[in-house]
Amino acid sequence: MTNHWNDVANSDCMLSIGSNPAENHPASFGWITLAKERGAKLISVDPRFTRTSAKADIYAKMRSGTDIAFIGGMIKYVLDDMEANPTNYNMTYVREYTNAALLINPSFQGADVLDGLFSGYAGVQNETDNAKRKYDKSTWQYQFDGSGIPKADKTLQDPNCVFQILKRHFSRYDVDTVTKITGTPKETFLEICSTYAATGAPGKSGTIMYAMGTTQHTYGTQNIRSYAILQFLLGNIGLCGGGINAMRGESNVQGSTDMCLLAHILPGYLKQPINSDTSLSVHNNRVLTGSYTNNDPLSLNWWKNYPKYMVSLLKAWYSSTDHTTAYTYLPRTTKPYTDYSHIAIFEAMYEGAIKGLFCWGQNPAVAGPNANMERKAMENLEWLVVAELWETETAAFWKRPGVNPSDIQTEVFLLPAACSYEKEGSVSNSGRWMQWRYKALDPPGEAKPDLWIVNGIMSRLKALYAAEGGPMSQGVAAVSWSYGEEPDPKVVAKEVNGYNLTTGKLMATFGALKDDGTTSSGNWLYCNSWVEPENLDAFEQAHLDMYPGTDYVGNRAARRYGVDVGNGGYSAADGYKEVGLHSYWAWCWPVNRRIIYNRASVDLDGNPWDATQPVIAWNGSTWKGDVPDGGAAPMNQGGYKPFIMQAEGVGRIFGKGLADGPLPEHYEPWESPVSNQMSGTQNDPAFKIWASAMDKKGAAANYPIVCTTYRLVEHWQAGQMTRNLPWNVELQPDMFVEISEELAAEKGIVNGGKVIVETARGSVEAVALVTKRFQPFQINGSTVHQIGMPWHWGYTGLSTGDSANMLTPHVGDANTMIPEYKAFLCNVRKA
Amino acid sequence: MELSRRDFLKLSGGSTAGVFVVWTLGSDKTLGSWPKAIPLHKQIGETSTICPYDASGCGFIVGAENGNVVNLEGDPDHPINRGAACAKGASMAQLRTVDGALNPWRATKPKYRAPGASDWQEVSWDWALDQIARKFKDTRDDYWATTDDQGYTVNRTEGVASIGGAALDNEECYLLVKMLRTMGLVYVEHQARI
Repeated sequence: MTNHWNDVANSDCMLSIGSNPAENHPASFGWITLAKERGAKLISVDPRFTRTSAKADIYAKMRSGTDIAFIGGMIKYVLDDMEANPTNYNMTYVREYTNAALLINPSFQGADVLDGLFSGYAGVQNETDNAKRKYDKSTWQYQFDGSGIPKADKTLQDPNCVFQILKRHFSRYDVDTVTKITGTPKETFLEICSTYAATGAPGKSGTIMYAMGTTQHTYGTQNIRSYAILQFLLGNIGLCGGGINAMRGESNVQGSTDMCLLAHILPGYLKQPINSDTSLSVHNNRVLTGSYTNNDPLSLNWWKNYPKYMVSLLKAWYSSTDHTTAYTYLPRTTKPYTDYSHIAIFEAMYEGAIKGLFCWGQNPAVAGPNANMERKAMENLEWLVVAELWETETAAFWKRPGVNPSDIQTEVFLLPAACSYEKEGSVSNSGRWMQWRYKALDPPGEAKPDLWIVNGIMSRLKALYAAEGGPMSQGVAAVSWSYGEEPDPKVVAKEVNGYNLTTGKLMATFGALKDDGTTSSGNWLYCNSWVEPENLDAFEQAHLDMYPGTDYVGNRAARRYGVDVGNGGYSAADGYKEVGLHSYWAWCWPVNRRIIYNRASVDLDGNPWDATQPVIAWNGSTWKGDVPDGGAAPMNQGGYKPFIMQAEGVGRIFGKGLADGPLPEHYEPWESPVSNQMSGTQNDPAFKIWASAMDKKGAAANYPIVCTTYRLVEHWQAGQMTRNLPWNVELQPDMFVEISEELAAEKGIVNGGKVIVETARGSVEAVALVTKRFQPFQINGSTVHQIGMPWHWGYTGLSTGDSANMLTPHVGDANTMIPEYKAFLCNVRKA
Repeated sequence: MELSRRDFLKLSGGSTAGVFVVWTLGSDKTLGSWPKAIPLHKQIGETSTICPYDASGCGFIVGAENGNVVNLEGDPDHPINRGAACAKGASMAQLRTVDGALNPWRATKPKYRAPGASDWQEVSWDWALDQIARKFKDTRDDYWATTDDQGYTVNRTEGVASIGGAALDNEECYLLVKMLRTMGLVYVEHQARI
């Protein structure tokens, strides 16, 4: 989230799309409700009428997978209205804070010209050869002047400026075409356009709240890009009650992402080295020149500090080794990073290339796409280690229904783990708040925290390599690893924050990290989370009781100061508007900034666009409110452009870095019942098509019904954390499938009866829930049915049932490889 | 203006100190005139925690005694959930305790399943971790690549993969990624990807 949960209450309009916060993020709904009580509107866009829809001011049904058409239509509405009523919009924001005015290479051609493709595509339309399913992005770049600064036309009239390219691109997204694709009633769509566009007025804010309904598509990244473009045009990023807010589904999925347990990144979103990064300096230079160069003196370009963070990470991992040598101990990759992602791991496992697998509280036998294939792939493992609270489907894959254990040679270790309140440590929520939690009681039996388990394995590895040697054993020997027999999470948290290696003191902020090896930080984004007592600010010094005890003074994640104040203790008495920053409750990355890109919430002189709900405000000499994006003065008074993490300093309406196009374009899901009404390019042109024997694609002739998956408030993810709790099982005992009354009548299905849902990859049996919540869609003149089902069930534990992911395809987003769980084709019949 | 419980206590404490008694964690004192005084029969260990389900980051208070969770409720001082709980948060006690005893589905001992075996066997931690380290080293070393097919030095193994981490604490995620990368793994993923 660019913003955070409490901030939702500040919004004038909340667009929930690809999400169902009433069920999946119930705490957020308290803040949505408060905003509504203050007069805000809630819009729910979803294929199914959800509990969120039931509380919405406007509900629009939308066929799964058509977000870009829907939002593209809203963007066109805004662009047209902007021309007719420019005073209803914050054109200063659009011109100065986004790249709308910047000029693009005149050779660039868009999807409006190339029938759904952009210039530089290696293949032909609807290419199937993976080697050619990619772009040469050289025409997607800015024009630069002689000093290396992007050229701009502040009148927004130059035909090569982003604003004009945007208008041409979305000119095709008229209301008739859009609603023919999405199946949304035209009047409802227009009501949403005008309601949400009203947040474009200076002083108003709208938030887009999304979740996996947005991301889990072959063009999931572009779905989010469409939201970002709409928010930039409406001046909604950086403001109270605005932003792009990804509501994340696991308690620490934000923290685990920040720690970068992901194929392409190292802690703090540093880049995983690739094979041609032959040295630390080559690596740093590639990163710096590849994405982050800029000569604009008004651009702070924060990522220019990359080498300081990389070196400080190396010093946290290899404290006694020179950092240039330490770099050579790290692994480097050869394939594109998407080929090391979750789907790629299970494809490689299916081919027999991966021999050992660790699963830390993850259950791919239920949660993985094409679960039958992922379960089968695990049979090729020589060994599997599962650290878990329960015997999950993954731990028990060798005795799953339909297999003979004696045929499966995998050795399996099930390591009992501690639950959240049986150990101590921190978690980071969706709003980036890092919160410390405590141990209430010892783990049961011999169960142990994952910290203890990791330490136990690595300590043994260090001993084995010391005794026996092995490839890169000097690297293993050099790893700093002295956590003792019982590792203390507080010691690890301090290592994550980092140290001045000369003084031995904790670093106060990442602004002081160095690239010369004299500082360490296990994750620069978390630097400032645990500081020395003398580095506490004056407000903390005056209110030390916000810390729970002497062991914790300086551990800002443990702060509990309940009064809503801003940075520095700026309070209501000082004019603080109580916008929910809660600056001394826990801690937030980066450097306790509660709303990121907050420099976009003020005009060029530092005055808030919305004086009634300011995030920050310049009082002539200093900023008041939140921690600003850098302390410099406003842009007109010697400061810099607001989007400090972008080299150009402004928000990217036109995004030059993505795999599948600089602007979002509507494509159909990998499996779709209809042809693309927007262009002759049926699918996203850049995702990888996998072709193992179990990667089957279904045709609309056999599988004419759209299917989607979702979660319930009573259950969680792959189910292991709720299907073993009697209260939750009593509330939601069975796997079910929601079917419209019309489809049920067509198929002779009755409410409560058993049905079989089938795709090209598998079939599941479930209880039919015949409901008005799904309604057939009229898509380009034909009726399209959609059904949906929760994906929480599996074959172990207290409550068992078929897994929805036995149906889903092993195909992922062109940029991120997130699987397309949310739109695929099926058929349904009575069991 | 709506008063939060903390504001209410603060205001009342400031103006009429001694009449209202702040009911803090671990206190055995009772509230004042209203609501009716609730005498606590005994003091139990109460600890604040953060919910392990979705990423709202709601606060809860755990009351534990003799190896069981005896009470678990929303933290009224927590600014995100303000004491509220959803169907999952309200059931969080059952991760540990069901009907006054350990949830019978919890794994409590390390277990091992041998090749082709039809059941688990209980093993010691030492044995399990020794075995895992041995297998990790052997597979890593057997599938070690010093260079790739383009002649670059890569120092990696593609024989071992690791997934998971979103259910772990930050410190655990950090230590895990430190182990995996320094051991040369490139197949490192978790729930955020899917």
